[in-house]
Amino acid sequence: MSEVPGELKYCQSHEWVRKEADGSLTVGISDHAQALLGDLVFVETPEVGASFAAGDACAVVESVKAASDVYAPVAGEVLAVNEDLADSPEAVNNEPYGAGWIFRLQPADAAAVDALLDAATYTAHIESEG
Amino acid sequence: MAFVPHTASDVSQMLATIGAGSIDALFDEIPANLRVGGLPGIPPALSEMQISRLMERRAGQDAIELNFIGAGAYEHHIPAAVWQIATRGEFYSAYTPYQAEASQGTLQLIYEYQTMISGLTGLPISNASLYDGASALAEAVLMAVRANRRSKSRRILLPRSVNPRYRSVTRAIVASQGIELIELDFDAATGRMDPAALKAYEGQDITAVVVPQPNFFGVLEEADALTDWAHAQGAQVIAVVNPVSLALLKPPGEWGEAGADMVVGDGQPLGAPLSSGGPYFGFMCCRKEHARQMPGRIVGRTIDADGKPGFVLTLQAREQHIRRSKATSNICTNQGLVVTAATIHMALLGPEGLERVAASSMANTQQLAERLTAAGFELAFSGERFHEVAIRLGQDARGVLARMADHGVLGGYALGEDYAGMDDVVLVCATETKTSEDLDTYVNALQASV
Repeated sequence: MSEVPGELKYCQSHEWVRKEADGSLTVGISDHAQALLGDLVFVETPEVGASFAAGDACAVVESVKAASDVYAPVAGEVLAVNEDLADSPEAVNNEPYGAGWIFRLQPADAAAVDALLDAATYTAHIESEG
Repeated sequence: MAFVPHTASDVSQMLATIGAGSIDALFDEIPANLRVGGLPGIPPALSEMQISRLMERRAGQDAIELNFIGAGAYEHHIPAAVWQIATRGEFYSAYTPYQAEASQGTLQLIYEYQTMISGLTGLPISNASLYDGASALAEAVLMAVRANRRSKSRRILLPRSVNPRYRSVTRAIVASQGIELIELDFDAATGRMDPAALKAYEGQDITAVVVPQPNFFGVLEEADALTDWAHAQGAQVIAVVNPVSLALLKPPGEWGEAGADMVVGDGQPLGAPLSSGGPYFGFMCCRKEHARQMPGRIVGRTIDADGKPGFVLTLQAREQHIRRSKATSNICTNQGLVVTAATIHMALLGPEGLERVAASSMANTQQLAERLTAAGFELAFSGERFHEVAIRLGQDARGVLARMADHGVLGGYALGEDYAGMDDVVLVCATETKTSEDLDTYVNALQASV
């Protein structure tokens, strides 16, 4: 059973989003997503300063047998990326909600994040995907 | 010739199975303007006997023995062992033999191929081949756009001294992808790019600059200066090279201060016969940091659980089963058999053998140029060359070449086919396959034909 922390928001495309105190959003991929992908060998992070619309592909997670786009959960500008993933992409496997975060976003609309899935809805979503 | 029958009843049965009413209905998806009724030179259905006759007659057109045409495809001696080994069933019968479950033999061969091509180009990463040199250039342009994240312009400087076929293929592949190909002229006297001509693009956002070495005229470009200029603009450098020339010339990985970023070319001179134009293969190398942007796959050497060496697909980031809609490996599947021949060819020649091939090709072309100038012909360009030289004839080159063919000599390539104002210029190549007598035969045939 995948871990789905209750305090986070989620996307149907398996990103998680954490609201930080300064209004920025930290984004990663869920425990469920990393388990599906298997051992990651590479994470392509977006460029700091780049702007994305909600749903834009902005990062890539790559395992030995698959590569998946990571989508911007809401519109915004990239504030920071997790540079450590260049040397240790396995952090996404080991700590998807911690050291495995991928990028931080300054949302264009602070309220947009509220429309994302809560933990219960996301859990139901991954169960329905089987 | 294989016998593959499909009778009218076979056809109607197949159509009925898939629910199409007729052959026309089957191809209904294809817009009418893209469908061709008949192809020039290709007759309608013939009997087996008629087609054998026709093909024998056409094969005869290739029978002229003294070939001095280069222009992108080069005649070299191929040791008999090359294709004897390459056409063993183990190499040519397997379907997608590079897949993870592939034979170790094929993986080892690709590993050795990648190692040798890397050695020649001076860049650490090589893929396992593309269709040909032209599509390799197109893919390098696409890759430069993916890899150069600093540049937003998607503008590529593509000199007119790059093989015209490569340019038209590249244009066909990338022009509808929001990529702008900007042509750069060459200096009419030297035949090479004038670095001063680049001035207009100084300080502009350019994604990449294509640098041919030698260029289509056989002339050597100032690769160091061009590379440094491009890098100073934040542009990447895509080198287009002849692999045989690299046995003598500086590898692109060492051009200028930082070296070229990508190297592409056609591998045909490494063991593939001319075969009226194919199949050939394209090679492509890049820097380590761009490996994940490169189409294709990389084979690595590793050690298994028992400590035994083995070969594996190390990187296949752009394979269809991994990248799906973003896959690029579909454009490089699969020139494996020609690559097999090239690897055997390079292994048999060794670095010294390849260097001898390159040096005697260059010396023969130099000799030919001297004999032609002594005979009163004028060289079109003053720039230094590798193994190809442009000669000014003072009259239409096509007519002269047709008359030379009557003397049993394929005299070269008429540059007027691609370059306005060069109707009287012929591009001539003399590889190591030509003897001193052959060169005399050429000069005599040319003199008799003008």
